[in-house]
Amino acid sequence: MDPECARLLPALCAVLADPRQPVADDTCLEKLLDWFKAVTEAGSSLLLLQEHPCLVELLFHVLKPQDLSSRILSFALRLAGIFAAQENCFQFLQQGELLPGLFGEPGPLGAAAWAAPSVRSGWIQGLHSLAQHPSALRFLADSGAVDTIFSLQGDPSLFVASAAGQLLVRVLDLALRGPAEGRVCPQAWDWPACARKVVCHLEDCLRSEATPRVTQALHVLTTTFGHCRGLWTQGLWARLSPLVARLLEKDPVPAPHALVDLLLGVARSPVLSSDPGLWETAAQALSRLSPTQAGPLAAGILKLQDCPQALRIQAFSILLQPLAHVLEATAQAPGTPRLLEGAAGDLMAVDTFPPSRSACVGLLCSALAHLELLQPLPQRPSPWPQAPLLAAVVTILRFCNGSAAPSSEAGGRLCAMLVGCVRVQRAALDFLGVLSQGLGPQELVTQVFAILLEYLVSPDSSPTVLKKAFQATLRWLLSSATPPGCCDLEPYAQLVLGELLAVLQKRLCSPCWEVRDSGLEFLTQMTRHWGGQGSFRQALLGSEVPELTRQLLQDPESYVRASAVAAVGQLSSWGLLTAPSSPEHPAVPQTPLEELLLVLTTDSEGFPRRAVMRVFTEWLRDGYADVAEDPEQSVAPVLRAASRDLDWEVRVQGLELALVFLEQLLGPRGPSTAAPPGALTQALQALCRVQLFEFAFRSLFDCDRPVAQKSCDLLLFLKAKATPSGSQQEVGDGPNVASVEAALRRWQAGEQGQPLGELAPEAVLAVLRSMDLEALRDTLAESSDHVERSPQSLLQDMLATVGVLGDNEADCY
Amino acid sequence: LKLYRKRHPTLPCNVLKFKSTTIMLDCGLDMTSTLNFLPLPLVQSPRLSNLPGWSLKDGNAFLDKTELIDLSTVDVILISNYHCMMALPYITEHTGFMGTVYATEPTVQIGRLLMEELVNFIERVPKAQSASLWKNKDIQRLLPSPLKDAVEVSTWRRCYTMQEVNSALSKIQLVGYSQKIELFGAVQVTPLSSGYALGSSNWIIQSHYEKVSYVSGSSLLTTHPQPMDQASLKNSDVLILTGLTQIPTANPDSMVGEFCSNLALTVRNGGNVLVPCYPSGVIYDLLECLYQYIDSAGLSSIPFYFISPVANSSLEFSQIFAEWLCHNKQTKVYLPEPPFPHAELIQTNKLKHYPSIHGDFSNDFRQPCVVFTGHPSLRFGDVVHFMELWGKSSLNTVIFTEPDFSYLEALAPYQPLAMKCIYCPIDTRLNFIQVSKLLKEVQPLHVVCPEQYTQPPPAQSHRMDLMVDCQPPAMSYRRAEVLALPFKRRYEKIEIMPELADSLVPMEIKPGISLATVSAVLHTKDNKHVLQPPPRPAQPTGGKKRKRASDDIPDCKVLKPLLSGSIPVDQFVQTLEKHGFSDIKVEDTAKGHIVLLQEAETLIQIEEDSTHIICDDDEVLRVRLRDLVLKFLQKF
Repeated sequence: MDPECARLLPALCAVLADPRQPVADDTCLEKLLDWFKAVTEAGSSLLLLQEHPCLVELLFHVLKPQDLSSRILSFALRLAGIFAAQENCFQFLQQGELLPGLFGEPGPLGAAAWAAPSVRSGWIQGLHSLAQHPSALRFLADSGAVDTIFSLQGDPSLFVASAAGQLLVRVLDLALRGPAEGRVCPQAWDWPACARKVVCHLEDCLRSEATPRVTQALHVLTTTFGHCRGLWTQGLWARLSPLVARLLEKDPVPAPHALVDLLLGVARSPVLSSDPGLWETAAQALSRLSPTQAGPLAAGILKLQDCPQALRIQAFSILLQPLAHVLEATAQAPGTPRLLEGAAGDLMAVDTFPPSRSACVGLLCSALAHLELLQPLPQRPSPWPQAPLLAAVVTILRFCNGSAAPSSEAGGRLCAMLVGCVRVQRAALDFLGVLSQGLGPQELVTQVFAILLEYLVSPDSSPTVLKKAFQATLRWLLSSATPPGCCDLEPYAQLVLGELLAVLQKRLCSPCWEVRDSGLEFLTQMTRHWGGQGSFRQALLGSEVPELTRQLLQDPESYVRASAVAAVGQLSSWGLLTAPSSPEHPAVPQTPLEELLLVLTTDSEGFPRRAVMRVFTEWLRDGYADVAEDPEQSVAPVLRAASRDLDWEVRVQGLELALVFLEQLLGPRGPSTAAPPGALTQALQALCRVQLFEFAFRSLFDCDRPVAQKSCDLLLFLKAKATPSGSQQEVGDGPNVASVEAALRRWQAGEQGQPLGELAPEAVLAVLRSMDLEALRDTLAESSDHVERSPQSLLQDMLATVGVLGDNEADCY
Repeated sequence: LKLYRKRHPTLPCNVLKFKSTTIMLDCGLDMTSTLNFLPLPLVQSPRLSNLPGWSLKDGNAFLDKTELIDLSTVDVILISNYHCMMALPYITEHTGFMGTVYATEPTVQIGRLLMEELVNFIERVPKAQSASLWKNKDIQRLLPSPLKDAVEVSTWRRCYTMQEVNSALSKIQLVGYSQKIELFGAVQVTPLSSGYALGSSNWIIQSHYEKVSYVSGSSLLTTHPQPMDQASLKNSDVLILTGLTQIPTANPDSMVGEFCSNLALTVRNGGNVLVPCYPSGVIYDLLECLYQYIDSAGLSSIPFYFISPVANSSLEFSQIFAEWLCHNKQTKVYLPEPPFPHAELIQTNKLKHYPSIHGDFSNDFRQPCVVFTGHPSLRFGDVVHFMELWGKSSLNTVIFTEPDFSYLEALAPYQPLAMKCIYCPIDTRLNFIQVSKLLKEVQPLHVVCPEQYTQPPPAQSHRMDLMVDCQPPAMSYRRAEVLALPFKRRYEKIEIMPELADSLVPMEIKPGISLATVSAVLHTKDNKHVLQPPPRPAQPTGGKKRKRASDDIPDCKVLKPLLSGSIPVDQFVQTLEKHGFSDIKVEDTAKGHIVLLQEAETLIQIEEDSTHIICDDDEVLRVRLRDLVLKFLQKF
C-alpha cells in the first residue's frame, strides 16, 4: 500500500464507522473492496491488519449494537471475508472473536439488519471469500452457518438465493477437495461431516415433492459439476445420479430446465462424461421430456465432442421432429423426402404439435435455431439431411405466407397457426441462409429461390423479415456460383437476378426506411461480389436501381443516406453509376466523387459522413479510377473536410485515409524501411500541399482519444519512414520550427484557434524528431481514467464527499 | 324474428322482422354487373366504338332485385355507411315504400356525393339509343360469353336520376351515435360508431328483453373516423355480422406501403400514376400517407390531381365533420389546424381538384403527375379518359385501391395495355382475426353471418384462418334465404297504472318474494301494454249509466283463490289420524308421495305441483279431505 493511501486509511475507516456520515455511493464501497482484494492477493493480510489497526477497529465497531446502515454492515462482512481468506489472518481474527461475532448467531444473523437483502448477500459473500482453508471449514461446521445457507437458498431475493447456492458449492469443494485429493474415487464414508450434511440436504431436496427445492438442488449440482473438476465429483455423481434418474420417472417431470442444465453440465465435465449411466439418464430424459423441453438437451448433446452414437441419433431426431411434422403435413405422395425414417418417424406421427399457437411457434423457432447453430459444427450429425431440411424450411416459409397446401387436418391447423407469424419467418430465413453452405438438388434450389423471391416481393413481409430474406438470398446466390470460387453466376441465378432487381427497385422506394436501408445493403453486397461480372452489369445497368441509389443520397433518414453512400461507392468503383439524369442543373455535382464530397461537407448527421470516409479510403486503397488519376487532388478536399468534422469517427477515418495515402507514397507499413530521400521529399511536399500535417498535429491533442492515437500512429509511421533506424540525420532547424512548436504547445493547452500556417517539409521532419511520439503513444494507450482509478483517488473522493478533506472545490467528476 | 338476406356480403341488404316491425338493414348496390358493359368515354373513342362484336348501346343499370319481400311493407331502413345506401332510390321510389330511413349526417352527405357523382358520370354522356331486347332469355343465350352467362339480367335497371336521389334522401331522418330511436314503441334502434368511414355505424335493435346487434362495415384500425364502439355490442342475443373485408389476405398497412412504393417508382421514372377511386373514404387516408411520404421520397414537385364532380365538396365536407372523426383529428379542430392534412396539400398547390377534365384542368395539367379519379369500375367517369390517354405507355401505372371490382375484369376492354397495373386493394374492414377477437370480447349468444364467411374462400380452401371461428358455430344464410333467428321471445314488459298499483296488497310468500293477485284490463296501443284498473262494478243508481256500465264489465267468473306452498307429508298424516282416519300408508313415488287410506279406499296423490284425491263417489269424504289439504296451503 502506498504511503498516501496508508495516510488516508484511518480517516476513511472513521467515516465508514460513523453512522452520521452516510456514504452516498455504493460503487465506492465496491471499488474499495476490489482494492482490498488486490492488496491482500499481493501480500499478507495479517501484516496489513497489523500495520493498519484502524481496519480491525472498523470491524469491531460494526459488532457494537448501533444504527449502522445496511450497506456498511454488508461491506464489513465482505471485508472480513476477504481478510480471513488467508489462514493466519483468519486465526488472528478468530482470536478476537471477531468472526463468530460477524458470521455467527450473535452477529447480524439474529438482528433486525438481517431483513435487508444486502446484509444477507454480504454475509454469504463474506463466507464465500473466507471458505479457502480447513480452518474455515471447521468454522462453518461449528458456527451452524451451513443450516443458514440451506434456508437462504429459498430467499425471496434472487441474488441472495443464487449466491447461497454457489456458497454451498464452495463448501462442498472445500470439504471434499482436501481429503480426496489424489485418491481415485473417495467413498462417502470418507467425507467430512460438513460435506455429508450438504449432500444429505441435496438428497432431501431431490426427493422432495416441492419443485422449488428440487430446482435449488439441481442448480447447486449443475454449478458443482460445471466448476469443480476434482475426482470427488465422480463419487458425488455416483451417489446422486439415481435420485436424478428418479426425477425423470415422475409425471410431470419436475424442474425440466434445471434438469437439462444439470445433465449437460455433467456430460461436459471431463471427469464424469465416461460414466455410461449418464448416457442412459440422458436418453431417458430425451424420451420423457416434452419436445420443447428436450430441445436444448438434444442440441447440447449434439455439440458434445464424443458421446454414444445411439444417443446422438435420438437427440437429432428430437430436433428434427417439428420439421418432420411440417413435411408430413404437406406430404402429397409417399415418395416425398422424409426427415425421420423408421421407428423415430412413426413415433412422430403420434406426437403432434402443441395445441396452442405460441407453444407451437416457440417449438418451431427453437428447433430451427438449434439446427442453425449445429450446421457449421464439425461434429454435426452425419449424414446431414440437407435435402429434407431444405424442403422442410421451404414448407415452413410457405405455411407462413399462406401458400402451402396442407394435406391433412393437422396441416390445416398448422397453417392457421403459422400464417403471418414473423417470429417463425425470421428463424426459418436465418436457417435457410445457413443451409446455403450445403448444396441441394436443383429442383429444391429452384424452390428456395422461388420462396425467397415471394418473400421479397410480398408487401406483407415485415421489414425485419425482408432483411433476413435479403441476407438469405445473398448467401444462396453466393453458394450457387459454380464452380466454387468462380465469381460468375450460374444461369439459373442469372434468371433470378432480373426479378431481384425489379423487386429491389420497388423496395428502394418503400415508405419504410428500414426496407430502403436493407435494400441498399443488399445492393452493396451484390455489387461487391459480381460488380465485374458481365451478366450482372448488364442487368443492373438495364434497371433503374443505380439512379434510385443516387437519389437516396438525399433520403431524409440518415441511416439510409449512409447505406446509399456505401452503395454509390461500390457501384461507381465498378463503373456502374450512370451520369445523373439532370445535366441541365450545373449546380448538381456530376461525378460520384463530387457527390460524396458534398455529403461529407453538408450532411448534418454523422453516419453518412462516416460512410463517405470509408468509401474514399476504399477507393484510394483499391485504386478506383477517378481517385487514382490524381490522388493528391482527390484526397486534399476530403482531408480538409474531415479535419474540420465534429464527429470523432469521421476524423479517425480521415487519418486512416491519410495513412493509406502515405503508404501509397512511401511504401507499406511493416518493418521499418526508410524511403529513398528523393521519394521522401516529394512525398513530404505532397503531404504539405494537402495540409495533412496541420490535421495530424492538431489531432494529436484531440479531446477524443482514438483520434489522438490514430494521429500518433500516423506520425510514428512517417517518422520511421523519414529516419531509418539508427541514423540521426541532422537537418538544420528551419525558421518555422519554433513557431510550429509554439503552436503545438498552445494546442496542447487547449487553444485550438491558432492556425499552423505554411509548413516546409524540413520543418515537419525537425518537429517530428523533436517530439517524443513513443511516450505520447504510451500515455494515450492508458485508459482515460487511469488517474482517477487509482486507490488514492478513490480514498480522496470518498473522504471529499463527506467533507473530511476540507477542499470541496475539487470536482471529481 | 326473421332475417331475409339479399345480395353480396360486403354490400348487404337484409330485412329483419322483429316484434311486428320490418326493418331493412342497409341497401347496398352491387355494381359488378357494369363490368359487362363497355366504358363510356368522355371523348368519342374510335378504338372502343370499333371493337369487333361489341356494340355500345345499353344504359348502365345494375339493380338486382328479388320478389322475396314487398318493399311497401318495410317500416324502416337503417343505413350503416355511405357505400351501403347506393340502392336507396330504387327502394324508396316507385315501390310504395312508406317508411323512414335512418342514417347519420356524414353518411347522408357523403352518400349524396357518391350518388351525385354516379348520376353525373352517367348523364353527361347521354346515349342516342338504348336496347333492352337482348335481355330476353332466348336472345341472351346467343350472346358471347360472359354476357350470356350473366344472371338475372332482367332485373338490371337504368341508373336513377338526380330527382329520384333527392326524393330518396328526403326520406332520411338524421341520427347521432348512441341516440335511441323508438320504432312504434315496439323496438328501439341505436346507431354506434363502427370505425370504418365518416359517420359509419353499427346498429343495435332491442326490445325490453331481446337485443340484436347488426355489425356491418366495421374497422378496428386507426384511420380517420371515430373508433369502433365495441362495448355497447355486449350482451346481444344475436349478432348479425356482415361487411367484412373483401380481401382478408391483404393487410391495409402493407398495401399502403406498396401503393407508395409503386407510385414513387413510376413518378421518378417520369411516368404518370392513375388511381381509380371513390371520391370519399380511403382517398383521405391515402392523401394523408402521401402527405408524409412525398417529401421524404423527393416527390414534392409532382402535382396530385383529384378529379370528380364532387371533389371539392368531398374534401371540404371531410374537414367539417369534426365530431365524427378519430380523437386525434378531433383535437386538431381546437388548434388553428384542419383535421386532415390534405388542406395543406391544397394550400401549397400540391393537390389540385377539378370537377372534370374539361375547363381549368386542361390548362393546369402537367406531367408526370398522379391522378385520383372515378369510377373504380373503369366503365364511366373521367378515369376512362385517362386509361385511353396513358394506357399505351409502359412508363405509366394504374394502381387499384378499391376492392369492389376485379381489376382484371375492369381492365379487360382496355387490352392490350402497355401501362403497368398494380393491385393494392385497401379494405380497412374487419378481417377474420379481428372478428374472432371482437366476438371473444362481445360474446353474443348467437352469431349470424352470410354463408361465405363460414368457410375458407374457394380459391384458398386450405386457409382455415380465413373464416369466422366462434362457439357456438355461426348460423349462416344464403342469398334470398329466410332464416328464423335462434331465439324465442318469452317476456313482454307491461306497465301498471299507479292507482291500480296502489290497490295491490302483496303477500310475502318467501323472504323477498311477494305476490298479489290483480284484476285489471290490459290495454295495448302502439305496442305498449298497460294494466288499467277495471271499470267499477255497476252502480245501483243512475239507470242510464247502469246499462252501459254493465256492457263494459267483462264477463269474468268468480275467481277461485290461488294456492301456494307445499304439504309436509308427516304432519298431513298426523292431521288425518287426528280426524279419525286410520290404517294410513304412505308410499314414495318419483314425483312425490301417495297417501293410502285403506279403510276408506281412498288415495291422495301429492306431487310438487298438484294434489289429487281419488275416492269412489264419496263427495263428502272428498270435501273433508280437500279441506284438510287446504289447511296446509296458503290462499290468495
